[in-house]
Amino acid sequence: MRLHRAIGNTSFWVFGGGLAIMFLIPLIWTAVASVSPHGATAQQEGYGFANYRTLTEYDAGLPTYLWNSTYVSVLTVIFTLVLSLLGGYAFARFRFPGRDALFLLIIAILMVPYATLLVPLWVLLGELGLRNSLFGLALVLTLYQLPFSMFMMRISFEAVPREIEESALVDGCGTFGVLRRVLVFAVWPGMITVGLFAFLHAWNDFIAPLFMINDSSRYPLSLAIATLRQQTMGAVDFGATQAGVVIMALPCLLLFVLLQRHYVRGFMSGALKG
Amino acid sequence: MYAAPAAIFVLLLFVVPLLLVGQMSASEWPLLKGGQGLNLPDNYTGIADDRLFWPAVGFTLKYTVIVVVVLLVLAMGMALLVQERRRGVGFLRTAYFLPVSLGLASASLLFWGFYSPQIGPIDPFLQWLGVTDEPIRWIGTPNLALFSSIMLVVWKFAGFFMLILMVGLQSIPNEVYEAARVDGASKVQSFFRITLPLLRPSIALCLIISITGSLLAFDQFFILTNGGPDNSTTTVVMMIYREAFRRFDLGSAAALSVVVLLVLLVINIAQFRYLRRGADE
Repeated sequence: MRLHRAIGNTSFWVFGGGLAIMFLIPLIWTAVASVSPHGATAQQEGYGFANYRTLTEYDAGLPTYLWNSTYVSVLTVIFTLVLSLLGGYAFARFRFPGRDALFLLIIAILMVPYATLLVPLWVLLGELGLRNSLFGLALVLTLYQLPFSMFMMRISFEAVPREIEESALVDGCGTFGVLRRVLVFAVWPGMITVGLFAFLHAWNDFIAPLFMINDSSRYPLSLAIATLRQQTMGAVDFGATQAGVVIMALPCLLLFVLLQRHYVRGFMSGALKG
Repeated sequence: MYAAPAAIFVLLLFVVPLLLVGQMSASEWPLLKGGQGLNLPDNYTGIADDRLFWPAVGFTLKYTVIVVVVLLVLAMGMALLVQERRRGVGFLRTAYFLPVSLGLASASLLFWGFYSPQIGPIDPFLQWLGVTDEPIRWIGTPNLALFSSIMLVVWKFAGFFMLILMVGLQSIPNEVYEAARVDGASKVQSFFRITLPLLRPSIALCLIISITGSLLAFDQFFILTNGGPDNSTTTVVMMIYREAFRRFDLGSAAALSVVVLLVLLVINIAQFRYLRRGADE
C-alpha cells in the first residue's frame, strides 16, 4: 500500500512537474532573452538592457506607448465601472419599463462577434470624430466588457440584503445617497473583479486598436510592439520585441499575483452563468 | 433612471452599429469615400467568388476542430491532476494558469520569437540533443505553422479550461464515487460513467467558449504567421480585416461580418439547444 502510494506520488510529480516546467519555459525564456547578448539584437555583448533602450527610442518612444495603453485602460475601467455600477443597481433594485429587454440586449452583445462590429464602429466613430482617438477606442473596449460587468454587478447588488439600505432610506437618504454611502461598500469586491477584467482586456486587446487607430503615435503597446518587429531599419529586432513582451506581461502577472481571488471569482461567475 | 447611461451606450455603440453593418453590407462602400448607394447583393456574391474565402473557411474549421479537441483533452487531464488537495498542488495550478493572465497578442509575440531561428531556444536545444542539424522552420510550412499556432493557443488557454473543469470536478460529491467503488467499479469505469456525465455543464461551457473563440481566431495568426505561408493560415476574421484595410472595401467587409455573425448565431443556438436537451435527460 505504501509502495503504491509512493508510485502514485512520483508519477504525480513527474507528470505534473514536467507539465509545469513546459508551461513556465516560454515565460522564463522571454525574460532571459530580453536581457541576453545576441547578434540579432541590440544587446551585443554581456547581459544588459540594450533591448529596452531600443524600445525607449523606437518611433514615438516607449513612454508614449505606455501612456497610451495606460490611458486607454484606465478610461475603459472608469467607463465600465460607472455603467455597470449604476446599471447593476437599477437591474437589481428597481422595476422600470423595458428592464428585462435591456438586460437581454446587453447579454446579447456576447452573441455578436467582435469582428462584426468593428467595421461599422469604424464608420460610426468617424462620424462622431472619435476615430483614431484613444477615447473612442476606450468606448469600443467598454462595449465588450459590458455583458460580463453588468451581470457581475447585478448579482453583487442582489446579494446585498435589503435591510441595509432600508434603514438608510428611513434616515432620509435618497436612492443615490444609499448607493454612494452604503451600497458601494457592499459591492466593492464585485467592482474590483469588474475593474480588473476591464483593465486586462483593454491593456491586452489587439484587434480593436488595429482597426481604430492609424496614427502610430497613438498606438497602445500591443500594436506598437507588433509593428516594431517589421520596422527597425528593415531588419527584424527580436530582442526589442521580447523586451516589449516583458513590459506588456509584467502588469498582467502582477495583477494576477495580487488579485488571484478576484480573478478566480470572475471566471467562476462566468462559469455559473453557462 | 440608473440604467439610462447603459441604455444610451448600448443603443449608440451596439444597436446602431448592428443596423449600420446591415446597411453597409448591402451598399457600395469604399473605405475613404463612404456610402455610395445600394448594390445588393454584390457584396455577398463577391464573398463566394473570392479565391481566398473557401480556403479560409476550411482552415478556420480545421483549426477549430483540432484546437478544441487538444485543448479540452489536455485541460481535462490537468484538472484531474490538480483537483485533489495535496502538497504542492497550488504550485502546479499557478504554473498552468500563469499564461492565461497574459494577453493573446503578447503571447503571440512571445512565441514569434520563441519559434524564430534567430533567437529561439528550440533549435539549439534539439541540436544539443542531436535530433536535428538544421534549424526547423516552425512557421515556414503550412502544416508546421498550424502546429505551432496550436501549441501557442494551447499554452495560453489550457489553464483557463482547466480551472472551469476543476471547479466542476470539485462540485461532484464524494459519496457518488464511494458508492461506485462499493459496487465494484474501477477507476476508469467511474470516470466514464460518473465523472463525465456529471461534468456535462462544465464541459458544455468549455466547448462553447473554445469553439466560438477558435472560429473567430485573429491575433495569433495575424501576429505569428501573418496568414502565411501562401495564405495557408488565413482565418475568416483576417479576411474581414483584409477586405476593409488592404482592399479598402468596407461594403464587402461588412457583408463578411454579417455572414460571420449569422453563422455564429446558428452554431450557438444549436449548441444551446443540444446542451439543454442533454441537461433535461
